[in-house]
Amino acid sequence: MKRWTAFWNILMKDVRTYYLKPPNISWGMVFPLAWTGMFFIRAGRGLESIPDLLPGVMTIAILFGTTSVLAVTVTFEKRQRSFDRLLLAPISLELLMLAKTGGAILFGIVSPFVPVVIASFLADLSGVEWSLVVPAVILIAIVSTFLGLLIAVSVSQVFEAQTFSNFFRFPMIFLCGLFFPIMSLPAYIRPLSYALPVTYGADILHGAVRGANIMPFAMDFVILGAFCLALFAFSLRNIRRKWIV
Amino acid sequence: MPSSNGAIIEVAGLTKRYGDVLAVDDISFDVVKGEVFGFLGPNGAGKTTTINVLTGLSRLDAGTVRIDGIECTHSPKAAQHLLGIVPDESNLYPELTGFENLCFCGALYGMRRKERETRARDLLEEFGLADAGDRKFETYSKGMKRKLTFAAGVIHRPPILFLDEPTTGIDVASARQVRQIISELHRQGITIFFTTHYIEEAERLCERIAFIVKGRIVKAERTRDLLQPVRGRDVLLLSVSKWAENLCDELSRAFPNLGVEATPSGQVRVESTEPISIAPLARFLDERGIELTEARRHLPSLEDVFVEVTGIGAGMMKGEKERAGGRGGGNS
Repeated sequence: MKRWTAFWNILMKDVRTYYLKPPNISWGMVFPLAWTGMFFIRAGRGLESIPDLLPGVMTIAILFGTTSVLAVTVTFEKRQRSFDRLLLAPISLELLMLAKTGGAILFGIVSPFVPVVIASFLADLSGVEWSLVVPAVILIAIVSTFLGLLIAVSVSQVFEAQTFSNFFRFPMIFLCGLFFPIMSLPAYIRPLSYALPVTYGADILHGAVRGANIMPFAMDFVILGAFCLALFAFSLRNIRRKWIV
Repeated sequence: MPSSNGAIIEVAGLTKRYGDVLAVDDISFDVVKGEVFGFLGPNGAGKTTTINVLTGLSRLDAGTVRIDGIECTHSPKAAQHLLGIVPDESNLYPELTGFENLCFCGALYGMRRKERETRARDLLEEFGLADAGDRKFETYSKGMKRKLTFAAGVIHRPPILFLDEPTTGIDVASARQVRQIISELHRQGITIFFTTHYIEEAERLCERIAFIVKGRIVKAERTRDLLQPVRGRDVLLLSVSKWAENLCDELSRAFPNLGVEATPSGQVRVESTEPISIAPLARFLDERGIELTEARRHLPSLEDVFVEVTGIGAGMMKGEKERAGGRGGGNS
């Protein structure tokens, strides 16, 4: 019971302190909407292009909403040594890091539904398979958060966290099939796409929203789940190796 | 559960290396339940590294650690629920208020909401921060930050408390208050592991003291036993109008029963196990055209023991830390 009290309070502190603040809202919500507008105008097909754009916009919202704050705040707390307080608390490192990433995961789950709500007023979303969308959003949020965690434990300065995040995030917009089908990419780049977890999440969303998935859903879910476990385990290993020296 | 000799912290052969640097070199010591144990040494001696290993922030390379009978060598988390830690830097959350910071730290140890809020208010009162409880931590002065960090370390009523340089960098009044709180916690039966470079502070607060230099414990005894060899010594510090070459040698020859040496501040230090008479010394100097401008009787202290054992001047220790982090109220 005591460790869950610690878990809950770490999670709530981060939500209040970081995730409901303007910088995160701008990255997780305003930025994806700006991208939507750009692609919407570029598509030139009016409202009928919305279902094509929606999976990509939802994925960007999750990716930027989760990674923007987590990588920076963990690095910041480590620099100012307040993270040591958490390491000294009598809870396991696994539970501690789940609490630290919980806020980002929650924000990542909520943020893609902002463009969905807007799209629902402008386009017919009755054919969307929500039973696929919801677990896909949860898994993309988890995998993106753990990607942010991996970045946080790989750097020591806040500016490095920001630079490193963008090094990952911006190429993913083009490589993971968010707005351009992977098959339209040059053949020598495609292996890179398949090495990125977001590709599988975006594929589920494309399938659930407009039936345009290129891989079986089961395979997408399994690979996404495997990425979640591998990224979390690798981040914990790095924390033990680099932060508990 | 403490061991049969009453030790609540048992450390044997602890060694810690950072790359090529041997930070702690095969140290062994016990801390008895309920005592204030001082770890005294200059910057870089290995004090903070030792605390980090004992509390689980660092891994040891060799040796064993047991806390309250719990084997912590390979599972440092096992005893963390027993520990309170006041680090050498104030590391609370700048964006939270003082009250929120204390409540959050209580929650980390599983305290229920009502319990931690009541305790936080009591601690704010006790540490003289009640009026600042609703202010963000980032607006606090250095002394206030230090006191709140101290309060955060004890909010969960730990039976063992690690204090890493608790009075460094704060004003004299705050330092005095911190020392009073340490004494009060000691009276309550809390075991305190205390690092400092302020020798007088260690002498005043600690029942046992270990001198640590370059990662090795060079001496560890009860404070009164450490002081025993210097108690009863008579020490005079003489200021003279001019410094003659070989003055100390000449004094030694003329007064073979006295220990004579020059101090770094340009005085002559005269020491004896018998009471020293000033008149013969003044006459001796006068005959050589040197005026004795001041003779001050010096009460030997732990500082003398420390200097004797380690060869490190107390002034140097203070100077180092002050350059690093600002003078605190080590003494008042």
